[in-house]
Amino acid sequence: MTADSAVAAQSSSVAPVPAEVTLTGVSKAFGPVEALRGVSLRVRQGETVAVVGPSGCGKSTLLELVCGLSPPDAGTVAAPPAALMPQRDALLPWLSAVDNGGLALRVAGHSRAQARAAARPYFAPFGLAGFEDARPAALSGGMRQRVAFLRTLLAGRPVLCLDEPFGALDALTRVQLQRWLGDALEHEPRTTLLVTHDVEEAVVLADRVVLLSMRPGRVLAELEVDLPRPRHRADPGVGELTGRALQVLGVDA
Amino acid sequence: MPAVALVLVLLGAWEAVVRAGWVDPLILPAPTSVARALVDDSGALGHDLWTTGVEAVLGLVAAVLLGVLIAVAMHASRGARRTLHPLVVGSQALPVVVLAAPLILLLGFGLAPKVAIVALVCFFPVTVNLYDGLRAVDPEQRQLLRSMDASAWQRLRLLEAPAALPQAFTGLRVAAAVSVIGAVFAEWSGSERGLGHVVLISLGQLESARTFAATVLLFALAVALYGLFAVAERRLLPWAPRTDPGGP
Repeated sequence: MTADSAVAAQSSSVAPVPAEVTLTGVSKAFGPVEALRGVSLRVRQGETVAVVGPSGCGKSTLLELVCGLSPPDAGTVAAPPAALMPQRDALLPWLSAVDNGGLALRVAGHSRAQARAAARPYFAPFGLAGFEDARPAALSGGMRQRVAFLRTLLAGRPVLCLDEPFGALDALTRVQLQRWLGDALEHEPRTTLLVTHDVEEAVVLADRVVLLSMRPGRVLAELEVDLPRPRHRADPGVGELTGRALQVLGVDA
Repeated sequence: MPAVALVLVLLGAWEAVVRAGWVDPLILPAPTSVARALVDDSGALGHDLWTTGVEAVLGLVAAVLLGVLIAVAMHASRGARRTLHPLVVGSQALPVVVLAAPLILLLGFGLAPKVAIVALVCFFPVTVNLYDGLRAVDPEQRQLLRSMDASAWQRLRLLEAPAALPQAFTGLRVAAAVSVIGAVFAEWSGSERGLGHVVLISLGQLESARTFAATVLLFALAVALYGLFAVAERRLLPWAPRTDPGGP
């Protein structure tokens, strides 16, 4: 009960804010390196938007701006509190999986017991049953990523920012986890901004795909993904959209 | 085990050299005479071992308290870093003999000045290692905590302090090893007890077997303190990669 109320207290405190992200003409540079130039982007409530582009196109910078970790040089960022899932899982090696999952609740001032009680019920549906007390070193790459996603979810923020969540995984685990994330987002719908360099991943998971150029990142195109879920990589619609996106990015499909 | 074998071989060679009459036993006593001195004098030497051990342990405790305070202050505040960093480094250039006189004047001949000198010798490895550990936190983990709006205190408690512990323990093990020599220096600056005192007196009286017996105990004390921290590290930080290959 304390667990539910802990999470409920978190979400209710943020519920009145419309979970919508709007970037208008945003530019950001780090010294002489221009990361983003005039990027405008909107993620509507409950929508999953994927941002795709070559490495070094300022995708991670985009998430930093949305999470309020750094201010833009020009333009405006309007976003409710967002939870970040960093590129590598960033799990804390001294904490058990369940304590890592509930970390955001600890930071929000809840007790260790409350944080654990909130995280535990997710372990079975997330395919992590029996690994509650395991430390990250004892988990596979895919499991670590699921714990990291649970930690992001339990932050109780209306917006999720996922930075290449499957970038470090082998191809097989990657496909499994993409399917798993699709399901998880269906059960726990959130406004989600997903950054990836994998066009196919973007098409499988997102409602819309925003294509960014090489540095400095500019929006090249936006593709609506009007395909039924669950989607698979082998679906003809997925293949067709992936091809179109790769063409826009200047890669021969 | 190879360490034991090596020591046994060296002891055998040493014994042979002394028995053959190649060196004056007043300068280098045979291991058997050292062992006899250890046994014959075990009562008195035991008291001295206790005295030096207490000085070393209390000095270590003071060094840890001081080191944690200084390292956290330097980590938390730029001003503290600028003020304290040169002083911390400079403190290691202070010769104990120079400090001993004012310390004894200030704290008397008892335990207090010894603890202060041991702490002065030991706080440096503790401070520097903890400070470096606090700063070396993975930037992505740091960003994660920032994205959760963690306060500076929460970042320290939930992230930086646990992340710094393995390196802090490296500093502790170094400090444990040098604490014994710190205690000896302290006793040389004025004392009626302790293994350092025994070394000083017996050297003057050419009782070299006794000098070596005290040295053997100092050696054992350093190894024991080091081992204590190595065991504590393995118990307390089971998640950390091993920095200490198997302990003593």
